[in-house]
Amino acid sequence: MILEIKGIHFSYRSRKVLNDITLGIKEGELLSLVGPNGSGKTTLLKCINKILKPKQGTVMMKGEDVGRMNLKELAKCIGYVPQSSLTSFPSTVFDIVLLGRKPYLTWGVSSEDKEIVSRVLELMKLEDFALRDFNELSGGEKQGVLLARTLAQQPEILLLDELTSNLDLRHQLEVMNLISSVVKKEGISAIIAIHDLNLASRYSDQVVFLKDGEIYAEGEPKSIFTPENIRQVYGVEAIVNHDSGRPHIISIAPINSSLNMGGRNEG
Amino acid sequence: MKKVTETKRTKIIEAYSRFTFRKIVFILTSMGALLLLVLFAISVGAANLSIGDVIRAVLSRIFPNIESTRLASIVVWELRLPGILMAIIAGAGLAISGAAMQGILRNPLVSPFTIGVSSSAALGASIAIILGFGLIGTEKYFVITNAFIFAVASAFLVIGLSRLRGITAEVLILAGIAVMYFSSAATSLLQYIATEEQLKVVIHWLFGSLSGATWEQVLIITMVLVCCLPLLIKYSWDINAIASSGDEVAISLGVNTSLVRRMVLVLSCLITAGIICFTGIIGFVCLVAPHITRMLIGADHRFLLPFSCILGAILLLLADTISRTIFSPIIIPVGIVISFIGVPFFLYLLLTRRKEYFA
Repeated sequence: MILEIKGIHFSYRSRKVLNDITLGIKEGELLSLVGPNGSGKTTLLKCINKILKPKQGTVMMKGEDVGRMNLKELAKCIGYVPQSSLTSFPSTVFDIVLLGRKPYLTWGVSSEDKEIVSRVLELMKLEDFALRDFNELSGGEKQGVLLARTLAQQPEILLLDELTSNLDLRHQLEVMNLISSVVKKEGISAIIAIHDLNLASRYSDQVVFLKDGEIYAEGEPKSIFTPENIRQVYGVEAIVNHDSGRPHIISIAPINSSLNMGGRNEG
Repeated sequence: MKKVTETKRTKIIEAYSRFTFRKIVFILTSMGALLLLVLFAISVGAANLSIGDVIRAVLSRIFPNIESTRLASIVVWELRLPGILMAIIAGAGLAISGAAMQGILRNPLVSPFTIGVSSSAALGASIAIILGFGLIGTEKYFVITNAFIFAVASAFLVIGLSRLRGITAEVLILAGIAVMYFSSAATSLLQYIATEEQLKVVIHWLFGSLSGATWEQVLIITMVLVCCLPLLIKYSWDINAIASSGDEVAISLGVNTSLVRRMVLVLSCLITAGIICFTGIIGFVCLVAPHITRMLIGADHRFLLPFSCILGAILLLLADTISRTIFSPIIIPVGIVISFIGVPFFLYLLLTRRKEYFA
């Protein structure tokens, strides 16, 4: 295990968000966190790299307590892409990716840093954007740049929050292919929060179902994506098809929905 | 194949190096421009001195074997140089405070002035002028010490208040506006009971002026800047991380965001308070100099912070020179002039360079 989460509890004021979460991830493994909105996926990611402080429990990184590591050391081990990227003062793509070298920099930018940034840009097929303003890029390109920044950090673990949610079909696949190839080739581990169950099924080694801040089920995609689990966690009737080797989920209808099930009816 | 990608990588790195080099050229050019402006500023004014007289007067006190007239020497060394140096360091200090605060709060509208530092300084000065009451020092320095203490105290109050809710731009500005209204109301009340004579002094202070600058004041502010500027610039990478991606990402990049934010706020407010307690309210520089700088060389704070210093210095020195000469021998308060020249330039850049500006 490269990362072990043991008994994490977290609450925002009085609302309990995470309740006794324990899980681990091996080197070179892609772990997907799935579950409905508000089930605690984002909060769990943030607890791992100290953006949020868990009320109870520990996160161990290669046997070392993350709570006691300083932020700079932690930043050399864990890279993070948040759910939504903020617009800001204009900045070139190169400069944004260069920020990934922040944990290693004192003041000057060494030729090694520039080399790493250019290699990552190339890997992400962003060479032609190097000096473009980040704010002018499309959604897919922006996600690529943010992923590039975390790769420039040369981390051992990637935490990615809904990286594919705002992307079109092709970009979703491209980004997921990229993540999975980085995971396999460089032996980096990735924990991703993801809404699309089929993408999760196709690319993950391990899947964790979160429900109301607790782990409802965990395991390999094959064993975990069952109609029963989906019904319990999402309240959705679904068919799971195993034709393509990996489970493919086709959602049918919400169960006992308070919403009108006849589709659009605004009268 | 491998060779192809390698040259492509080299190209990216070369392009980025050129991009960086351009910024350095910009900074060096502007330093040259500032130097020329100093020479010009020192040679114009009410007393009619040629540029040769001025250069001789400057050098005469450094090299005793160079001859200069007594008049030229006094005009240059006692009247013009302190004002010019004050314009340079005040402009530099105000500009970098604004630039650092805008970055750290990810908001283009904040400056030490928008969080109430200036209005509290004005209240402190008014209390000294109208009530003759000072917190420390002798009567001669009441205006300065009061202005400084009030400014710093209100900055700490605002930062402290917003810490209770988490220091975001919104909370900070709202708390600042509350403090600003309170100080302004108190200042107005004092003006209401002031005598005609006192009122004149207060209003002159509020306009902001560099004409009363002395070597002593220049020395004090220089010392403040020598202590604070390197500290601020040291945080450039941290400010970059917060400004470009927000707190959560900055933390994930290893930045202790709350510490950096507090340090930058305190340093910016100290610099500003240290300057305006001598000069009065010269507001526009710290809001607009960072914007102009950002439009010219972008938002990398490693370059933005030093360059905004130079630009702030140029802007304020230009305004001061115009204020001294345009209706000579009458001096128009520099706080007024700076808005007249800064606003059109700012609007021009805003309208023509929108793309490289703000998303």
